Parts: sequence; structure tokens; C-alpha cells
Amino acid sequence: MTLAVKQTSSASATALAILAEGRRRKGIIAVAALVGFCLLLMLLSLGAGAFAIAPGRVADILMAKLGIGQVELLDSREALVVLNIRMPRLLLGALVGAALAISGALMQGLFRNPLADPGLVGVSTGAGLAAAATIVLGDRFFLSNFAMKLPFALLPFGAFFGGLVSTLALYLIATRQGRTSVATMLLAGVALGALAGSLTGLLAFISDDRQLRDLTFWSLGSLGGASWTKLSVVAPIVLPLLFAVPLLARGLNALMLGEAEAYHLGVPVQRIKALAILLVALAVGASVASAGVIGFVGIVVPHLIRLSIGPDHRLLLPLSAIGGAALLVGADIVARLVVVPAELPIGIVTAFIGAPFFLWLLLRRGRIAEL
Amino acid sequence: MHDLSSSAPNPLAGLKAKRLGRELAAAIALSALAALGFAGDLRSGSFIATAQAQTAERIVAAGGIVTEVLYALGLKDNIVGVDTPSQWPPEAQKDKKSVGYVRALSAEGVLSLKPSQIIAVEGAGPPDALALLKESGTPITMIPEALTPEAVVAKIAAIGKAAGAAEPAQQLAATVKTRFDELDRLRTGLPKQKRVLFVLSLQNGRTMVGGRNSTADAIIALAGGVNAASAVEGFKPMTDEAIITAAPDVVLMMRFSSAHNATPDELFAMPAFSQTPAAKQKALIRMDGLYLLGFGPRTPNAARDLMAELYPEAKIAQLSAAK
Repeated sequence: MTLAVKQTSSASATALAILAEGRRRKGIIAVAALVGFCLLLMLLSLGAGAFAIAPGRVADILMAKLGIGQVELLDSREALVVLNIRMPRLLLGALVGAALAISGALMQGLFRNPLADPGLVGVSTGAGLAAAATIVLGDRFFLSNFAMKLPFALLPFGAFFGGLVSTLALYLIATRQGRTSVATMLLAGVALGALAGSLTGLLAFISDDRQLRDLTFWSLGSLGGASWTKLSVVAPIVLPLLFAVPLLARGLNALMLGEAEAYHLGVPVQRIKALAILLVALAVGASVASAGVIGFVGIVVPHLIRLSIGPDHRLLLPLSAIGGAALLVGADIVARLVVVPAELPIGIVTAFIGAPFFLWLLLRRGRIAEL
Repeated sequence: MHDLSSSAPNPLAGLKAKRLGRELAAAIALSALAALGFAGDLRSGSFIATAQAQTAERIVAAGGIVTEVLYALGLKDNIVGVDTPSQWPPEAQKDKKSVGYVRALSAEGVLSLKPSQIIAVEGAGPPDALALLKESGTPITMIPEALTPEAVVAKIAAIGKAAGAAEPAQQLAATVKTRFDELDRLRTGLPKQKRVLFVLSLQNGRTMVGGRNSTADAIIALAGGVNAASAVEGFKPMTDEAIITAAPDVVLMMRFSSAHNATPDELFAMPAFSQTPAAKQKALIRMDGLYLLGFGPRTPNAARDLMAELYPEAKIAQLSAAK
């Protein structure tokens, strides 16, 4: 990519304009196609599920909800399933998918490394450790009355703050005299990840059968717990972030040339680094807290987008978000339908349907695309 | 969905207006309350529970013990779904829809079976799914865990009551209680108590044993043995030295269908086990895991069978109440 940028910068102005025009058109088509695909999946998600509801009936319920048609319909079990189970689940899936994928794209741009994912800055590992601690120690050390009320809320909040705290710790370790070294951050992230992993293992060791089951299922992720309450906590955190992240696109594009080069182009490199890490910590922390650990989305969706439309962050960031939402909504449909009336943890599905597709795309390209 | 009904004069609308008010209040307090986890309590009342006709019960059983008791009560036709741990009787998994692992239920999946009643063991979940199910107006009965004879008897009665079969359940509970009493008498006539080590698994040479407060510990006590691993809490790995120190007279394992089961020769050739009293007699007992650790109606019989295996010289009688 570096090479491509240098070549274009030395090319004539007309060639540049034609190139830009072509890219813009390609971008618009990609956005339209992906948005359409995502909406299609969302409709499918509302209509499909273990509880059989005719598509027309789903439409009636949605209309009734909007105040058109028979309002009595809203007291039926079908309405409960559509409005209070499928709808929040679909929206949570879209939010979490978008947050994970856009965070992945952001991290890969910031680290200028195609293998970077949100887990590297310690969000997932910190959140995982905190969640394990609330599952295992929550029962032991909290007053029984307290523990009766809290396990439902303790886990998400524990996970969220665990993610934030570990990310902050890592950022402080990697920052010296106002300069953040991405290399130090990567290495320290690996070390802290190992430490958190061993502590989580220790917690698994002292846990009982029930807690161990909880830990395992939590670490595979699920949208099963989606509710309007949960959504009303997650959406106000994640939605603004989704709109904030693309504002960093120009800075990230400049960063692809190298930190020093970007600095000399007038890009506030340090501020972008700090902001990107904060945004990732918040977005991933909220996602992990509400749906558990869902791997694969953050690392692969941005690659899929990059392979199809190129590395320009102005398109890559928003498209990653839409792609992530589509992947998770789609994966959730599979998770809910494949072992009806039970359901699979979604982390199993995202990797199972996403990974072969990704491999196919790589093989078709013949090589791993450079950043 | 409420804006239309606020001024309508019929009682349903009044109800809706009340609901609107409550939901508004809930929405305002939402962020704070959600943070404290009280939301589940608030929401559980927000849907009107519809009284289900008792004529044709459609029961979803979450927990192996629930299924076992319902079958024992002859209520199998009223069951529409069972969870994956419901392995007894074996036809339950074949004949009924599976709602998945008891702690990973799916709200929509369970509702899709249109249950009139959900009977779940304590620990069924996740809490979010249970909250949604409550919200749907489906009655849910939680059955507490039980490791003592009294609690098993109470559990059977509770499941029967929830399923609308209180009378037959009382009879079954009484029979089970009689069997437990007989078991008590059998236990008093035993020779010197044997030390029993329950081995759950031997993964990579790591021995997972059943310590105190485990189902294994409880069944060993009922069968008149002493748990050799009582220094450990729950199901935990135990070191080789600790196994030698525990000095079990008998090793108890579950019977698996898989081929890679350690034979007595292999087991007692392992350094940890070769030094135990059990090794001299190659004393290894294998029993069906669910029968042994299920803590349901079959438990007195399982304890009696284990007792007979532990003390062959004592000629343990069959339980007379047993069929």
C-alpha cells in the first residue's frame, strides 16, 4: 500500500482524479450492497426462530407496534417473541457486531499490523478475567442477599470495567514522556494477556461445576440474554462510538505512511493513538459485557472489507461496522435455528461460517493482501 | 404500542394505561435500576400472566431429575421438552424435543414448545432467559437441589405438585422414603466401614476425584462407606501422593460406554493407585453415573447396590419396597 500511495502521488493529476472517481463509485456500490444485505438479514432474523410465526403475522405485529392495525395483537405471545425477544436480540447483535468489527479495523490501522485485534490491547482479556472473577468469587464473597439480586448485572459491569482498567494499564505502560510506543503496547499486551489467562485459569480451578459451565458458555458468547433493558444500557455507549470512529479515518490513512511521516503531514499522532485506544476499550468493553466473548469478528471482518474495497479508512471503517453487524445478525440466525429449541453459543457460529469464507477469499486472491 | 389506549374507556385500556405508567416509570429509572440488577424483578410483573387451562399440561422439564420423576409418575405424555442432562429414562431424549443444556436455555426455543408449565432445577438459566420466560406468563417452578434423603423426598413431592399430580407424587415420595429407611437399617448391620475413592476422570493421568459436598460424597455415605477424598471440596484433581495418603479400600468410577476405559489392571498399575489398599484386591467398582449420582427416586436402590458391591461378604438384602 505504501508503494501504491507513493506511485499515485507521483502520477499526474488527471490519473489521480480518475482513480479517485472510480474508487468513490466502487465505494458507493459497496456501501449500498452491504447495507442492503444487512437489512435483509435483519428482516430474516425477525421472521425466523424456534417459535413459528407467519411472516404476515410478524408484519402485523410491527404495524400494531407502530399504532397501525389491531393493537390487541400486542398482548399475544407472538408479539412478545417478536418485540421482546427477537427485536432486542437483533439490535444487540448488530451493535455488538459493528462495535467489534470497527474496533478491529481501528486497531489494525493504528498498529499498522493486519493481525492486530481488540484483544491485543487487553480489553478482552481484562474483561474475561473480571467476568471470571464475578462468576466465581461473586458467589463466595458477596452477602447472600446482594448476590441474589446482582449476578445479572454484576457480570456485565465487572467485564466492562475489567476491560477499561486493563486497557488503561497497558496504555500507561506503553506511554513514556507523552509518546506511546505501539510495539511496547503489543508486547506488554501479550504479557498481560498471559497473566490474565493464568489468573482466569486459577479461578476456573477453584470454581465448582456450575461456575465452570458458566465460564465456558460466557467465553463462547451469546446474544441469548438480549433485552430492551440491556440494550438501553449498551446502545448509548456503542452508538456514539460507531459514529466517532470514522472521524479518525484521515489520520489513520496518514499513519499508514509511518508515524514520523504522518506527524510531518500535520497529523496529531499521539492524540489519535490515545483516542483510538479509548474508543476501542469502550466499544469492546460494552460488547463483551453484553454478549460475552465473541471472537473472529474483530479480526476478520475488516480483512474481508479490505480485500474487497481496498485500505482507505474512510470507507473501511464504516463498511467494517456494517459488515460486522451483518455477520453477527446472520450468525445469530444460524445459532438460533440449527439445534432448535436449544441454541448454540454464537462464538462457535461466527468462526464456523466466517473462517471458511475468509479462507476462500484468500485463496481466490492467491496471496494475503498487504495492508 | 400504548399511545392509542390511554383514553379508551374499557377495562383493558385501563390496564394498559397502568402498564404504560409503570413502563414509563421503569424507563426513567432504567439506567440506574438496570445497573443494580433490579430490572428483572420489575419486568417480571409487566406481562399479564394468563391462566393456563389445566386440562392438557405442556411441561418443559429442565433438569434430569425433573424428567425422571415425571416419567416415574406416568406423566410422560404431558412433557413437550427436556434438557440434555435428562438422560433417564433413555427414551426421553428420543421422544421429546431437547431445549439444550440446562444452564444455557433459549427463551424463544422454550416458548416455541408452547409450554403451560416449566419445571426447572435450581441452577437452570441463564437468568436473562428465565426472566423472559416469566415475562411471557408461563408459570415456572424451581426445584431446589438435594443430597439428603429428606430433600430427595421433598423434591419428588414438589415436582409432582408443580405438574398437577400431587397425589401420585406423594405416593412415590412415600415409597422412596420407605426405601431410604430400609437403607438406614441395612447400614447399621455393616462390618468395618470401607474407604471409598470416587474417580470422576483420569484425563492425561490427572485424577479428578469427588470430594466433600459432592454427589459422590453423599452416595458413598448413604452406601455406608467413608469418602477417602473428603479433604477435597467438590470435584477436583487430586495429586498422586494425596491419593496414596487417602488410602482407599475401593475405587469407584462411572461406567462409560466409550472404549478407552481404564481396566482394573491399568488403573492399579498407575503409581498413585498401586500403593493403595484397593490395589491389593484390585477393588474397582463401576456403576452407571446417572443411577449413582442422580439423587432421584432411584437413589435408595443405587445406594443399596453400591453397598452390596462394597460389602459382598455382608450379603446385603434387596430393598423390600423395590419392585
